[in-house]
Amino acid sequence: MTEWAQRLENPLSARLRDPATTGYAGLVLGAFAAFLAIPPIQARTITWPIVVGIVAAVLGIWTAARGRRRLGIGAVVTGIIGIGLGILATRSGVGNLNDAFNAALIAQMFAFSTPLVFGAIGGMFSERSGVVNIGLEGMMLMGAFWGVYGADKGGSWVVGLFVGAGIGAVLALVYAYFAIHLRADQIVGGTAVNFLALGITGYFFFQLYHGNYISQGVSTIPNVRIPFIADMHFLGPAIGDLNLMIWASFVLVILSYVVVFKTPIGLRIRACGEHPRAADTVGINVYAVRYGAVVLSGILAALGGVYLSDGFGGGAFNDNMTAGRGFIALAAMIFGNWRPFGAFGAALLFGFSSALALRLQVYSASASTLFNVLPYVLTLIAVAGVIGRTVPPAADGKPYRKQ
Amino acid sequence: MTMDVNYPPETPEEAAATGTLAARIALKQRAGGVVVPVMTALLAFLIGGFVVLATGHNPLLAYRDIFNGAGLNWVFHPTTNVANTAAYNLSQTLLQTTTLILCGLAVAFAFRCGMFNIGGQGQYFIGLYVANWLGYDFAGMNPVPHILLAVGAATLAGALWAGIAGFLKATVGAHEVISTIMLNWIAIWIGEWLFGDGGPLQNAANKTVPISNDVASSAQLPVFWGQKELQGLHVGFFVALAALVVFWVILSRTTLGYEVRAVGFNPDAAAYGGINVKKNLFRAMAISGAFAGLAGALDMLGYLYHFGQSDIPVSSVGFLGIAVALLGRNTAVGTGLGALLFGALLFGTTHGLSSNVIQPELAGNLTYIIQGLIVLFVGADVLILYVWNTRRRLRPRARARAKEAAA
Repeated sequence: MTEWAQRLENPLSARLRDPATTGYAGLVLGAFAAFLAIPPIQARTITWPIVVGIVAAVLGIWTAARGRRRLGIGAVVTGIIGIGLGILATRSGVGNLNDAFNAALIAQMFAFSTPLVFGAIGGMFSERSGVVNIGLEGMMLMGAFWGVYGADKGGSWVVGLFVGAGIGAVLALVYAYFAIHLRADQIVGGTAVNFLALGITGYFFFQLYHGNYISQGVSTIPNVRIPFIADMHFLGPAIGDLNLMIWASFVLVILSYVVVFKTPIGLRIRACGEHPRAADTVGINVYAVRYGAVVLSGILAALGGVYLSDGFGGGAFNDNMTAGRGFIALAAMIFGNWRPFGAFGAALLFGFSSALALRLQVYSASASTLFNVLPYVLTLIAVAGVIGRTVPPAADGKPYRKQ
Repeated sequence: MTMDVNYPPETPEEAAATGTLAARIALKQRAGGVVVPVMTALLAFLIGGFVVLATGHNPLLAYRDIFNGAGLNWVFHPTTNVANTAAYNLSQTLLQTTTLILCGLAVAFAFRCGMFNIGGQGQYFIGLYVANWLGYDFAGMNPVPHILLAVGAATLAGALWAGIAGFLKATVGAHEVISTIMLNWIAIWIGEWLFGDGGPLQNAANKTVPISNDVASSAQLPVFWGQKELQGLHVGFFVALAALVVFWVILSRTTLGYEVRAVGFNPDAAAYGGINVKKNLFRAMAISGAFAGLAGALDMLGYLYHFGQSDIPVSSVGFLGIAVALLGRNTAVGTGLGALLFGALLFGTTHGLSSNVIQPELAGNLTYIIQGLIVLFVGADVLILYVWNTRRRLRPRARARAKEAAA
């Protein structure tokens, strides 16, 4: 019987006193404390956020006292942050609140998170096979430039997707050759990929477009308008008219989960990342698997880049367009503990924080700027193991030598 | 990305493949000496030249223009008069070299302890911010204590910023690459906030521009070559040269350096020998950050004097430091020479290029391409080992042939 099933067997009263239950309740209530004051609930008094936040903190202390220390402390922190945000929200004008928090925020969250999802899933494949990919940023940047170049010269966004993905694959192949065959240090190699991509895209952007925006008439990746939902009250602006690549990213997450955890291919990839020698012994071609995974990561990161320039950016490119998104994708992958849905959740969280940062400008420009550090701080906390330690694949970053 | 070793290494090559980064780098240092970095750089320039050629420009003329633009033609007609273009260009190249030496040392020192400090850029920014704040806020102080205060505090701030990554590495084993990348971006956004609308360091006189205040004249470093108004070479250049010596002395002549290198070669063996590994990881990272923070302070007080939101994404000296250190094999002399090469590329590509040969925008990006290629090739130790081993195999044969011929 699993631990969870055992827990269900217990009487309700015992389950309610279980520190895990109180801990998670505390986390949820802490978040709820902040949400009380914003639309659609929009409580206009500071009492409610404070009361709910305190309840969350008390539940947290209870939990911490009963052995689940990290969970408890997490609930206490969430409660306190919830109180703070709740008070801030009740102090601000209703008009501002309605501007900042509406259904379009959800659409914007998806728009910001999609490049991260593609990058993070790409990075997950590479690292699951045992190759660290710091070069996600560069591969994404290559996709962003060559994707929009393909769409411009080829006349269609479909061409753009293929060209972007192809160039991403080529760059990943070069990196894979150095990382796998030459056994170069993977972090040094990935750093090199980032520099190279920055130089190559900048060079050819100027050579081919004289550094001007590629605009007007470039075929862009279309939005998908869902007939019924698009006209609905809240869902319409939220998910009724999203870009094709956003839907593709949802499919990608599910597909990559199935591939990594439910198929023989996924088992091979994970075996190469956990114990390459054992994988080699049972007849898995470690080099081939790693090459495949790294090239796939290049293709996916580049597709995220194509979306950035030819979808989200409306067919425009500028120098160093990704501006660190590849690194946030890397962070999302780590924060999501090298798992597809974890990475997806982290990418959504980071996308949400970017979208919110943009909207918080109605309150304070400087506070909204500072809000952008959230993904990095959260990832730092995650790798530090304050709330749940992240565990990379055992052979991640180690070159493998055939015997 | 854990670095624990599963199998005892059998050969030096095996040790290089499975051991720590520092062990691999150390092996490379024995292999090939100075020839390999020179070849690496030449190969990168060659491939960069092909890119230039493929896009319809003359690579030889382009490299000649960059060489002259960097003022390296000064050696043919040495003069200290900055009215001379070559002399002025050289002073500007050395200005960039100053920063790159320190950013290179920031990477090199951590490398010698087996860590990859990718966060030089963030530590540099933190030093820059602190130097700007103290350089402006304590206006009217006596210049010597003012400069010492601003430089010292900025260096310390850089050390603390990197120390966060070192602390996390030492206590909970968080990989320093991930934490320094995150700290880079946190530092970048802190800068956006500091200099942005309503930020604490934003210009007090003009609240509409996202630029900092100017450093007070009492905190500005003296210029010894050229004029202050024309961004002359400041005394920080000698500080950077001194830092190279300090780097060498710490690593080669002190107990601290011995411990740092021992941890870098093999943490397990170092721990067995009674060295406190955790303490050394933190110390090495903090010293690395101190170099980068010092670079930020010297730039701010030496010639920038102010910094803006728009300057933040353009700055890449911290990342160039990676290429400098790797090309320089993480040694003092190598870092100095690597910094000169990249300093020349950095200034020579921004300026004085005739657009019928190559536009400055193209040349600037060529620097990134060459930088990327150099880092890519330096990282591939097997490539270098292969060259080295071939040479070693050939040498005894040649000696045997020579003996036969003598007999």
